[in-house]
Amino acid sequence: MLTRRIIPCLDVTGGRVVKGVQFLELRDAGDPVEIAEAYDQQGADELTFLDITASSDGRDTMVDVVRRTAERVFMPLTVGGGIRVVEDIRRMLNAGADKVSINTAAVSRPEFVNEAAERFGSQCTVVAIDARQVPGEQRWEVYTHGGRKPTGIDVVEWANRMESFGAGEILLTSMDRDGTKDGYDLALTRAVVDAVSIPVIASGGVGNLEHLYDGFTTAGASACLAASIFHFRQHTVQEAKQYLQGRGVPIRMV
Amino acid sequence: MIAIIDYGMGNLRSVQKGFERIGFAAEVTADPARLLEAQKIVLPGVGAFRDCIHNLQQGGFVEPILQVIAEGRPFLGICLGLQLLFTESEEFGLHKGLGVIPGRVVRFPEGMQEQGEKLPVPHMGWNQISLKAETPLFNNIADGSNVYFVHSYYVKPDDSTVVAATCNYGLEFCAAIRKDNVMATQFHPEKSQGIGLQMLKNFAEMNG
Repeated sequence: MLTRRIIPCLDVTGGRVVKGVQFLELRDAGDPVEIAEAYDQQGADELTFLDITASSDGRDTMVDVVRRTAERVFMPLTVGGGIRVVEDIRRMLNAGADKVSINTAAVSRPEFVNEAAERFGSQCTVVAIDARQVPGEQRWEVYTHGGRKPTGIDVVEWANRMESFGAGEILLTSMDRDGTKDGYDLALTRAVVDAVSIPVIASGGVGNLEHLYDGFTTAGASACLAASIFHFRQHTVQEAKQYLQGRGVPIRMV
Repeated sequence: MIAIIDYGMGNLRSVQKGFERIGFAAEVTADPARLLEAQKIVLPGVGAFRDCIHNLQQGGFVEPILQVIAEGRPFLGICLGLQLLFTESEEFGLHKGLGVIPGRVVRFPEGMQEQGEKLPVPHMGWNQISLKAETPLFNNIADGSNVYFVHSYYVKPDDSTVVAATCNYGLEFCAAIRKDNVMATQFHPEKSQGIGLQMLKNFAEMNG
């Protein structure tokens, strides 16, 4: 049986891992390559790097981080942040990334997702969606530019459209929950899981292990992404997996 | 020397670094003549079948690949590199493959379910393999090991005796084949942590 994936996420800027609360208050959490190796040892199923600077010189730094990481860990690696043209994807894949996640550029020009999928395959084309709930309603709006810019696009419709453009996976972040430790937005995640046929990664808001369980069961996510609970050593990936296995979630134990 | 065929598709660096990690040099090459000088050959691959077979043809790789296989040199296909060995694929219309293994490459059916949840396609993540046949590739690999998959299509060999391992995802599909000196996996050994590195080691240590 396919196991559910635990994906530690490393927000990287200037070659360092940081973690903010709703994209503010950045705290230094260490060297990305060392942290990647630690998660590898703990049995993480994949790793995601998000380049939160995404300026052009920042991207060179990121390519280097990916290259050094891929020499030391042999597990799937996703890179996002500032992926705007086919050449950005090629550089990341050549450095050793397996997938790239496309966010703002997909909204600016949806055909880019199609070009990426045709050139490199759907399996490496992840579309990242930053979502905020429309106040008082059971629907969500797509935001871009690190969660600052509303687009007026409905999240569920957007997820469907991105699937039809060749996205192989959706990385779905609740901007309302990100950094709050209140748990994933389960209604949002479930709505997208039910709407598409590709895997959905839940993201934004994990504060404890039960939140991971809820993400897999109540929301039906294929993978759960988390940052703070692992970075600040509240839990190891192994502890999270033992907990989930104990509650009957299919998990890969190492 | 282990040659990794570079025909312009995807991440080859991980395969090369995987061999280096376990103490074997591997050369990524876009030169078909280098294949004929190699003791062992790896055909990796991600992307679409049609583009990959086209690139192999344009790069002049088809004849050298068929030659090294016919000569009995150890050959490892990974993911699309498994599918390319087959007669034909249904991905984006019907396309001819290398024809080394008789059979067809087909898509997972729509609407697969497990325990009330639909099964997404691509099949992406860690799943268990059941070992079905003896092959040096699986030395020191336990039955039921978790390996990393990412694919929407799978292979259906005409001759079931080539199946070396299977996996379950809505249905039981062929996860690895072996036929004489040819071995190939639908999963990614280079992304399957220690278990995958063990398989690369097994391949590197085979007598060529």
